[in-house]
Order: sequence, then C-alpha cells, then structure tokens
Amino acid sequence: MGNSTSSTSSASFGAAETMRTFRIGGLDDFIVRIGRTVKVEGMEIAVFRTSDNRIFAVENKNPHRKGGPLSEGIVSGHDLFDPLYDLKINLETGKVYAPDTGQVRTYPVTIQGDDVEIGLTV
Amino acid sequence: MTANKEKLVLIGNGMAGINTIEQILKLAPSRYEITVFGGEPYPNYNRIMLSYVLEGSKTIDDIILNSWEWYKDNKITLHTGTNVTHIDTAAKTVTTDKGTIVPYDQLIIATGSNPILLPIPGKDMEGVIGFRDIGDCSTMMDAAKQYKKAAVIGGGLLGLEAAKGLVNLGMEATVVHLMPDLMERQLDPIASTMLKAELERQGLKFLMEKGTSEIYGGARAEGLRFTDGTELEADLVVMAVGIRPNTAVADGSGIEVNRGILVDDFMRTSAPDVYAVGECNEHRGVCYGLVAPLFEQGQILAKHITGTATLPYEGSMMSTKLKISGVDVFSAGAFMDSKEFTVIRKQDEWKRTYKKLVLQEGKIVGGVLFGDVADSAMIQQWIRSETVMTEELYAEFMGTAAASAKSPLERIAAMPEEEIVCGCNGVSKGAIMNAINEQGLTTVDEIKACTGAGRSCGGCIPTVGSILEYVLGDKYSAAAAKKAGICGCTTLNRDEIVAAIREKRLTTIREVMHVLEWSNTEGCSKCRPAINYYLGMAWPQEHEDEKDSRFVNERLNANIQKDGTYTVIPRMYGGVTTPQELQRIAEVAVKYNVGMVKVTGGQRLDLVGVKKEDLPDVWAALDMPSGYGYAKALRTVKTCVGSLYCRFGTQDSVNMGIELERMFERLDMPAKLKMAVNGCPRNCAESCTKDVGFVGNDGGWEIYVGGNGGIKPRIADLLCKVKTDEELKEMTGAFLQYYRENAKYLERTSDWVERVGMEQIIQTVVEDEKSRRALNERIGIALAGLKDPWSEVIADTEIREKVYGNVGKLNG
Repeated sequence: MGNSTSSTSSASFGAAETMRTFRIGGLDDFIVRIGRTVKVEGMEIAVFRTSDNRIFAVENKNPHRKGGPLSEGIVSGHDLFDPLYDLKINLETGKVYAPDTGQVRTYPVTIQGDDVEIGLTV
Repeated sequence: MTANKEKLVLIGNGMAGINTIEQILKLAPSRYEITVFGGEPYPNYNRIMLSYVLEGSKTIDDIILNSWEWYKDNKITLHTGTNVTHIDTAAKTVTTDKGTIVPYDQLIIATGSNPILLPIPGKDMEGVIGFRDIGDCSTMMDAAKQYKKAAVIGGGLLGLEAAKGLVNLGMEATVVHLMPDLMERQLDPIASTMLKAELERQGLKFLMEKGTSEIYGGARAEGLRFTDGTELEADLVVMAVGIRPNTAVADGSGIEVNRGILVDDFMRTSAPDVYAVGECNEHRGVCYGLVAPLFEQGQILAKHITGTATLPYEGSMMSTKLKISGVDVFSAGAFMDSKEFTVIRKQDEWKRTYKKLVLQEGKIVGGVLFGDVADSAMIQQWIRSETVMTEELYAEFMGTAAASAKSPLERIAAMPEEEIVCGCNGVSKGAIMNAINEQGLTTVDEIKACTGAGRSCGGCIPTVGSILEYVLGDKYSAAAAKKAGICGCTTLNRDEIVAAIREKRLTTIREVMHVLEWSNTEGCSKCRPAINYYLGMAWPQEHEDEKDSRFVNERLNANIQKDGTYTVIPRMYGGVTTPQELQRIAEVAVKYNVGMVKVTGGQRLDLVGVKKEDLPDVWAALDMPSGYGYAKALRTVKTCVGSLYCRFGTQDSVNMGIELERMFERLDMPAKLKMAVNGCPRNCAESCTKDVGFVGNDGGWEIYVGGNGGIKPRIADLLCKVKTDEELKEMTGAFLQYYRENAKYLERTSDWVERVGMEQIIQTVVEDEKSRRALNERIGIALAGLKDPWSEVIADTEIREKVYGNVGKLNG
C-alpha cells in the first residue's frame, strides 16, 4: 500500500494553513470494521472502514491518560470502542462520549474512485 | 492576555475548594488565572469515600475526583505538598512553606478540618493516627499487614467506619467510646443499640463508657490505659473523637476566627476579597463537618465571586448516613426524645429495622432510620420544608399508606431546583433535570454517568429515580419497563438471547441484533463479543467466527499492552519444554528485541513487548502453536512432576496434563479457563484454585471444579472421584461443555458454580450417564476442526498485511 502520493494544496480558510492530501490506499486495503494504522509524514493514523463503506481517520493516540493506540478497537456504526480502556469515541468528531471525556484528532477523508485520501494540515 | 486576568488563589485542594472552582469555571470559564495549594500529594479526591478505600471496596484511583489532566486542561496551577503559612491581607499575597510569595486578587480558604488528637500521654507514639486522609488510610492498611490488634477511640461515624475497615483488613478492632451509646450525636438510644448489635455481628468489639487516660508502649504504641485502671492491648490506635476546623493560616493573618474562620452569608471573611468555604469556616455559629453543606456554600460563593445573582446562604440541615456496607443508618434534624417533641416510632426487632419521626408543634423536624433507609430522601424533604404532619403522611411513613397519600412525584414537584439531591457530588435537582432534558436520558444509570449523582454512596438514587419519573412523565413507564439486558443495546438477558438463537436459528451477529431488535444496530463492545461466543457455542459447525466482534487480543491472537505492543506465549503442553524450543525462544527474543522474557504463573514463557507488525514473524520463527494466553479458552494445564520422577508420585500427572491440554485447547469458553494435574494429594500444582483440578492417588483421581485464584479467590469443589484415566477425560469433557452451554459470557467457573450450585452440576455431569454422553458428543463436535490461529495467520498474506501491517517480510 503505497502512501504519500502528495498533491493539491487547498487553502480555503486563510492563507497560512495549507491542507495537503495524501493517498493512503484503495478502499479494499481496509477491512470493514477492522482498523489499520498508516504512517503519513511521520504521523501514525488509525484508519477505520465502517459498515456503510465510509472511511474515518483519527490520530492513533488513545485519549486516556495512559495513552496507547486506537486502531485495534471495536467499530460500531460511526463509533469506536477503544481497545485498552473501552472509551467510546465518535469517529466523526473525535469526541469521547460521556461519562468519560477527551478528544481525538480527526482527519478529513475523501474517496475518489479507488483512492482513499486524507487531508493533513501542514 | 494572561496579564489581564484576575488572580484567584485557592488554599486547600480538597472537595470544598475544588467544587467551588468548578462552579466558578462554569460561570466564568476564562476570567481567572487560578492557583491552587494543597498539602497532600494528590489531586482532589472524594474524602468521604476513604471508608470504602479502607474497607477495600474501592481503590485510591477510584476516588480521585479531578485528575491531574483536569487541572492542566483548565490551566490551573497546582502546587501539591505545599502549605500556605501566611496571608498578607494588605499586600494581597500568600506565602508558602517553601518560601514562595504569590499575589492574589481574590483568595479562597478551604483548608477543611483536622482530626482532634486527645492530649494524652503517648499520643505521639508510632502507630497512633487520626482518620482523615489517604496517608492515614495507607498507614492503617500497612499496619494491618503486620499487626493484629487495633483500638479505635471514638464511637462516632468516622470511628465506626475506621473500625469496620480495620476488621475487613483482618485486624481485631475494638471501638472505645466515652459515652454509653454509639453515634450519640446522631442517634437515639434505640437506634444506637441496634447499630451496636449489628456491628458486633460483623466482628467489631466495643468498650463503652471508657475514658482513655494514656497510650502505653515504647517507640510504638502497645495499648491503651483507661481511667478506671483497666487496659487494652493495641498495636494501632486510631483517634476518631472529632474534627476541628483548620484555621491555622487565618490565625496569624489577622482574619477573624472563632471555632472556625468567621464568614457571612456569602462566605466573606473579615478581610477584603478573602473567602472561606467548607469545614474550615463558621457560619452563623455553626461549623459543618459534612459534605452537603460544603457544596451549598461553594455554589453560593462561586456565584458571589463571579458577580452572578444569588440568594444568601442561610445554613444547611444536617443529615448523616453511615458508610458501612450492609449497615444502613440515617439521621436528620432532631433525633432525641424530648418534652417539646411528639415522636412517632416503629421498631421491628425481627427484621431489625427502626424508624422514627420527630414533630414539633405538628411540624416534622427530625427523623432516624435504621436497617432500611429508603425513606431518607422523603424525610429530608419533609424536614427541609417543615412539613406539617397529616393522616396521609402518617400512613405513608408507617407503611400503611392508601393510594391517596402524597406521591414521591408530588414531593419532587415541590422541591426547589437548586436543592442538592446528591450530597456526595453536589448535584442539584435542576442539574439532573437539565441532563435528562438536554441529553435525552432515560435511566438512572445514565443520569449517574452524566451528572455523577448517586455515584458515591448511592443514598440519593431513589430520589434521582423519582426526578426521572417526574421529568419524563408518560414516557417514563415505557423507559422503566425496559429491564436490564446484557448491555445497553438490548433488554434481553443471556438466557433469552441464547434461546432465541437456538429457536430462531440465528447464525450471525447481524441477524441476532436485527431479529431481537437491538437499539444500537451494530451493538457495543460488551454485546458483540458475547453474541459471537453464544453463536459459536450454539452452532459450532455453521457459525463463522466474526473477527470484527472479537476483543483485540482474540482478534490478533496476542495480548495487547498499554503501549500498544503485544505479548506472545507459545504452548508448552503440561509445562514441559525441550532444549530446542528454549533455544528458538531465546533466538526470537534476541532477534526481535523483546522487552522482557517472563516465566508465567502457568508454567510457560511469555515474550513481552512485541510489535504488532512483528507478530507473524515471531510466531513463524518460534514454530510452536499458540498458547492462547490472550483468550477466553483453555490457557494452561499446570502439572507437577508426578510418578515419572517424583518419589511421592502416584499418578503420571505430566502426561495426563499434556493429554488434557491437547484435547481441549483452542475451544472458545465463556471465560478463560485453567487446569492443573497433581500426581498425589500434596497438590504441588495447586489444583484447588483452578477451574478444573485433578488430584491423583493410588486408586485413581479426584476432580475439583470452580476454583479461582484471581480477583475473587475461591477454593474448588469436589465434582467426583474416578478410577480410570478414561473416566477422568469423560467427566472433564462433560463438565466443560455443560459450562460452555450454560454460563454467561465472561462468567468464570467459580461464579458459575456458585450461581447454579454443585448439586445440579453433579447431577448433570456425573450421575446422569445419558446427559454426560450427550455433552461429550457435543464438545467433540465443537473441538473437531479447530486450527492453530498462528499458523493460519502466517499462511494468509492478506490478513498479515491488512490486519497486522506485516508487509511481505516473513522470514524463512
């Protein structure tokens, strides 16, 4: 799975922030409801394909104070149950559900044909 | 930007102070630059739950209310282990014992209180403590490991909780009380006598009407001497005779102090911009030592300081609950008989309950409950609103209520929104109602999770339930009708789900959730693995294991660690290995630079700290099958050397262990499962704490089941005695299958055996030959065709790449 096909810079919000997109693979590289980590620009990103064939990308960093990964969690709808502490996380927003708290960084994903691309602010 | 912020300094990092800060942050999130000084080395914790820590039902982590992150997230500068020694009210600065000087615009003193130490000889000896903080708890827990005898001076709330905790820690604890009745400041003599009898049943000892004149001993306390000349041996002395407001910092700073730091109705002290909140203050002549008033004060102070309109604080009603598991005592307002009071009481010596209501000129002014405290919220409400006694209320209180009595809902309606419902966590009726409305909550559990109400002592849960009913109205009955299912996604329990799987021939998780109308279409981390197990158990041939519903360890066939690395435990049947295997293990450990090589408790070797992408390579290089150290399946069969080499051995435990391990490995179980085989009754392989244990003797084997050495240790029960190896395997197969078919997912044999009872198990597995044969047939079907998961992964390039990120390397 070759990543890092870097491309366009879209500066829709102000000139300072540049969003670059990276190809992280094709849709078939991701098994439904089983997470996978990809490395882009030195960042470790957990990628999830949900049962409606959407792809979500979040930083692979557990919001629990003890840290750890997220990519091995159980996926349900657009939610993720983290593999270590069972925090329930909304993959769309990155927000941890109550009663726990926390925020996971999310990345925008676009699927164009067979290309799954994520956007990173550089 | 920070330069413009007002400087708010808090002295005292406890419940009263931090609660006030939380309220302030809600009202004015970024107005202050906040600095907090605390004497203890911990973030804010729930002091009233220390009793549970001592009792062992909670850990220190469980009672932390605000984590270190909370301070960081709210940009609060926290100095723990630091005491403020002086306040300069003119220059508006505080000085700490570390010599730093910090300026303030607003200052809150929340230094709480100190335990009173009796001024008697020996009070400074080692082993003499108060019961106030985590440090005291640790001292008691350490003492319990070394010493046997404890004396607790003081038969009040705190003393009794401390003594019960010490008994639970295995000490012999004697409560020494000056007065003839326990908790005489909250209970009348009848309730007090019943309380004492109950605590004696729980193992506490009492010495009543004893004054302590001195503590004797050397460097460490050895006992108490009383005013009547008698003595009591004790290696640990806990003083719990009362608390005194901690006013030290105010004393030398010219702030007016009486018993506590004097405050007005807005918590203002005599110095400008200096406030005092909680147990350290004195308001209208009262120093409070309970938690609910602290929150009421904190709320008013937060509003006042941020310039939000608030009513003045006019004092709190005192009510008390004893926090000892299984002893329910409640007291509020007036509790003693007296000429000016009319008393209603009902005592039931058989059920060991007591209830009492105190009236003054027809109005309810106090009450006591023992044994059943369900009415506590109702009584508190009555006292607070000075309700006049009526026939209806009388009927309700005495339990002879007709339908016409005022319902709990009517009482909720009458309750003001700002009234604190949960005293432990300071949650008001209004906050609960908002949470229900805004977040669409429908159960008490959800309210607990969202607001914290009822999370601590649980005393307010009936009231929380009534509020829920009140807010939801018609929708409530529907929500209430929902019974608790295996998780939040369903109202069905384990048996109903398994019955439906069999009857309706459901074979996939999706089907189960669809047909049984799961509220959450894709389930959660609790139900998905459970259903996957039940399906595999019910349809061993048809069901295809659903990896996406397995917990990470079972999906990846390795045990995840907190840093995201894994552990690898290869099978060593019966705990027997070879030099060649050891050599390969050593080579792999070196090549993949594993963090640690650990000998497990189950006679195997564990490679700790393997990277996920290396797992397939490590397995391939080991060339050994998976030891299932991560699975809800047979883990290990521990064996002793047995008759092969041991001079005491009567049976060949090693080969029996190996045979059993090969027979039952890889099969999914409701929970992890361990076995042990012993060659003689010396039991060197410790079969009494295993799920299935075997003890060999000259004439055959004894089979024990339901043992556990984990969280809840349990000694195994005898299932049966058998003469031959064949019988042993037959009994074991039948027992395992009976457990597989009947236990709840995650239920260990120890819990399952307790739940269904040995009688039924022996009947089905041992006595009924027909059912035993049928069980063995079914486990045979389930065992057929199981494969080593490591070899399967090694052989599957796609899985290796997509699941493990193991790209095309694989050695060899």
